[in-house]
Amino acid sequence: MSVVTLNVNGQDVAVPAGASLLEATRAAEANVPTLCHLEGLTPVSACRLCLVEVEGSGKLLPACSTAAAEGMVVHTHTPRLKEYRRMTVELIFAEGNHVCAVCVANTHCELQDMAVTVGMDHSRFPYQYPQRSVDASHPQFTLDHNRCILCTRCVRVCDEIEGAHVWDIGSRGGQCHIVAGLDEPWGQVQACTSCGKCVDVCPTGALFRNSDTTAEKHPNTTLPALLRTAREQRRWHNQ
Amino acid sequence: MPAPPQLRCCDASGCRSAGGQALRAALEGARDAAGLAADALTIKPVGCLRLCGSGPLVACDGPGPTQLFGGVAPEHAGALIAAGLPTSQAPGNGDPLAAHRLDLEAPFFALQQSVVLEGCGQVNPESIDDALSLGAYGQLRRVLEDLTPEQVRDEVRRSGLRGRGGAGYPTGLKWDTVALQPPGPRYVVCNADEGDPGAFMDRSVLESDPHRLIEGMAIAAYAVGAERGFVYVRAEYPLAIERLRLALQQARSRHLLGNHIHGTSFNLRLEVRVGAGAYVCGEETALLLSIQGQRGMPQPRPPFPAQSGLWGAPTLINNVETFTAVPAILRQGGDWYASIGTEHSKGTKVFALSGAVVNTGLVEVPMGTPLRTVVEVIGGGVPDGSPIKAVQTGGPSGGCIPAERLDTPVDYESLLELGSIMGSGGMVVMGSGTSMPEVARHFMGFSVNESCGKCVPCRAGTVQLAQLLDRFVERRATPADMERLDALCQMVKVTSLCGLGQSAPNPVLSTLRWFRHEYEAACREPAACLATGTVKR
Amino acid sequence: MTPTPPAAKLRLATVWLAGCSGCHMSFLDLDEFLFDLAEKVDVVFSPVGTDVKIYPENVDIALVEGAVANVDNLELALQLRQRTALVISFGDCAVTANVPGLRNLLDGGHDSARAVLERGYLELADATGQLPFAPGIVPELLPRVLPLHEVIPVDLFLPGCPPSAERIREAITPLLAGERPVQEGSAMLRFG
Repeated sequence: MSVVTLNVNGQDVAVPAGASLLEATRAAEANVPTLCHLEGLTPVSACRLCLVEVEGSGKLLPACSTAAAEGMVVHTHTPRLKEYRRMTVELIFAEGNHVCAVCVANTHCELQDMAVTVGMDHSRFPYQYPQRSVDASHPQFTLDHNRCILCTRCVRVCDEIEGAHVWDIGSRGGQCHIVAGLDEPWGQVQACTSCGKCVDVCPTGALFRNSDTTAEKHPNTTLPALLRTAREQRRWHNQ
Repeated sequence: MPAPPQLRCCDASGCRSAGGQALRAALEGARDAAGLAADALTIKPVGCLRLCGSGPLVACDGPGPTQLFGGVAPEHAGALIAAGLPTSQAPGNGDPLAAHRLDLEAPFFALQQSVVLEGCGQVNPESIDDALSLGAYGQLRRVLEDLTPEQVRDEVRRSGLRGRGGAGYPTGLKWDTVALQPPGPRYVVCNADEGDPGAFMDRSVLESDPHRLIEGMAIAAYAVGAERGFVYVRAEYPLAIERLRLALQQARSRHLLGNHIHGTSFNLRLEVRVGAGAYVCGEETALLLSIQGQRGMPQPRPPFPAQSGLWGAPTLINNVETFTAVPAILRQGGDWYASIGTEHSKGTKVFALSGAVVNTGLVEVPMGTPLRTVVEVIGGGVPDGSPIKAVQTGGPSGGCIPAERLDTPVDYESLLELGSIMGSGGMVVMGSGTSMPEVARHFMGFSVNESCGKCVPCRAGTVQLAQLLDRFVERRATPADMERLDALCQMVKVTSLCGLGQSAPNPVLSTLRWFRHEYEAACREPAACLATGTVKR
Repeated sequence: MTPTPPAAKLRLATVWLAGCSGCHMSFLDLDEFLFDLAEKVDVVFSPVGTDVKIYPENVDIALVEGAVANVDNLELALQLRQRTALVISFGDCAVTANVPGLRNLLDGGHDSARAVLERGYLELADATGQLPFAPGIVPELLPRVLPLHEVIPVDLFLPGCPPSAERIREAITPLLAGERPVQEGSAMLRFG
């Protein structure tokens, strides 16, 4: 196996050739934050939280979708990166309707955790209070658009792992929203297998089981990586 | 035998909207009424005659030197027919066309150099025979007969041509990158999704001289080894789409497209793909997804389209103006093209001049022409004679260049240095009455509407920027808002995924840089704003 | 050995704007720490500590619970800012507008006051519903519920719904010593 070596925050690390910059920063225990990224799904570089500085590159690079290269010198927590990350999380809070106190995902929410990670004690950007709907047409699950951060994990897990492609994105800009089927009520989409993978990988309380109420959601975000490894390498995590 | 006299009537969108079609019908009627045969005086629909603001335009290649008339109505048809005839010498007093005669020696025409627009206004865009008689496809034939793909790329590389879509990437280098990918299928794509407000260069080329674009694309396809290509045109350009489709059909019927082109082993299938109204599809990775039938959302680069584009194959993507420059470059040679322009920006550039300017229209000038020459001499300055306040280039991705910097030569690097960009070529002149915070808000509103919504800074950051700008426009901003505006602009610029988000703050940043006092004056308490010391008077 | 004179006590206020008073309940959960606190501060204004109705001058620290939802909230917020050295947004309602801010979702946020009143007093009422109108007695709702920092400058943010007693103690203790608390990590920052 060929290996590339690079330097992350002053520490030399070696990762397999083809590994992402994110994997390299994890080898260095640099704790680069991510929201849209999920192990086992194709990276999309949408949340911009994993942007890092690579010496010699004029631009900030998304660690999730940049390949680690020999000799890279990477900085993951410079003052400006920390400031941009906090601004990013503030922007996410401000653009949706995120009320942790009454959310099904309270205490198990990656967005809530991310606010802590980036040191967000309040939002400097005014909350937008967009008018968004709730799709409760599915017998087992509910989609609350108010809490959606458009990470597209549900879109990708349904397409890439379950193979049903129930979800996609409709409209654009601030009007973007997740659509089921051909923009139908979720419960009417026959392609949906009710597998619940989308609910399990949702980082917030946007997708949840109907039986869960405030602070009762317990997601399981390890499934996609587990299934992918099992399929591609014919290996289960306990083998 | 001298060519018979002809009247060339602009039949592109600008002059059509000013009544060009009715005028042409009236001309044909007047010709018949005068008892003239069609070949005694040709009335020919052509593309853009440049001075769009004075449409409808008619050029008269009569017995004497070519004359140009603007703003003519159907009732002038008789007089125009007479102007084209040898018998009608020296119109007597009461020349009905006197007020409509445009001076072709005026700077607007005299200072232009037509390379890309060579055929615009000369050729009938709906007739391949006319195009062929004016030399269309001559370079494609020559290339197929005489040159290897390497030789073609060499010529383009030597020309110094850079991408005319705005970013200015060296065209020859891009062609090489595609050509040198491992063996397999390749594609050529023309980006005709011209969406910047104030830009109508590509539209004019498509409506005026579509065969030149097709020839340029075919040469490019030969040079990089592609057998299939697409022209991605925005749906808002119906006439351009119609003419392009017609031209493709004509080219196929003449075996200038399809299999065994010009009797060689070179094959090329070209198709039109029509956009669905998303500005972001002008971004190349989004455009390629849209061609493949997917949602047009930018992807992280690398991989670049030259390595992995349509269906994973190496894909050459260039703008309309870039491809259209290619036939002339091959005809005259790369060195000839490189002799025009500046050291790093070669050749000519087409601009769409509009706004507070006397001469609105299409302008092609050598790179390096001072901005002042373009807007004051060619453009004629502000109609009421007042000084120009600023020139906006590059649309929502560009910036406002202040009057005191008008002597800057127009090239990629100089405009970038001023906080604007070359962009695709929209150039909007602003007079003294223009409020810069309002300009910035206008463009930010555009970016809010056109963000694809994929990445957070562009999707949510532009919304917050627009609201901050509202506070300035409505004069309720505070000094703290100024700091927020600065900080958020920087953040959106460096953290957004694609060029749309990365450049969305440019109209704000450039007006903050050159017209900061207008933002300060827009604070609720301007005095407090100045007192903070963070802002200069 | 000469006894040092007792240091002047800090003047502490706690304020209740548009919130459920849960933050104040959490404050009372400080239990025996309240005794320590009482030795170091004078509670000069508080719904749970004094009967004072007028916000006093020269307050050192104010813990402000709740969002700014009506004209009384707004007036008190502006007044306390004038009269207080250090203003703390106390709990999620003050920090984000939280649950009271949910009414901003009505009517696109333009005039959610009218929308929420019509919903509550007319649409959901029996036949005799009427909009409350008692100028000078019932404070008028603002069109939009705002977090405290969008009305006045705020010096410290203490999120949580409510912030736990420990979090309150960890924030207050350094302030009593004239230092700023370190606002980092899940113990100090978590919303909800």
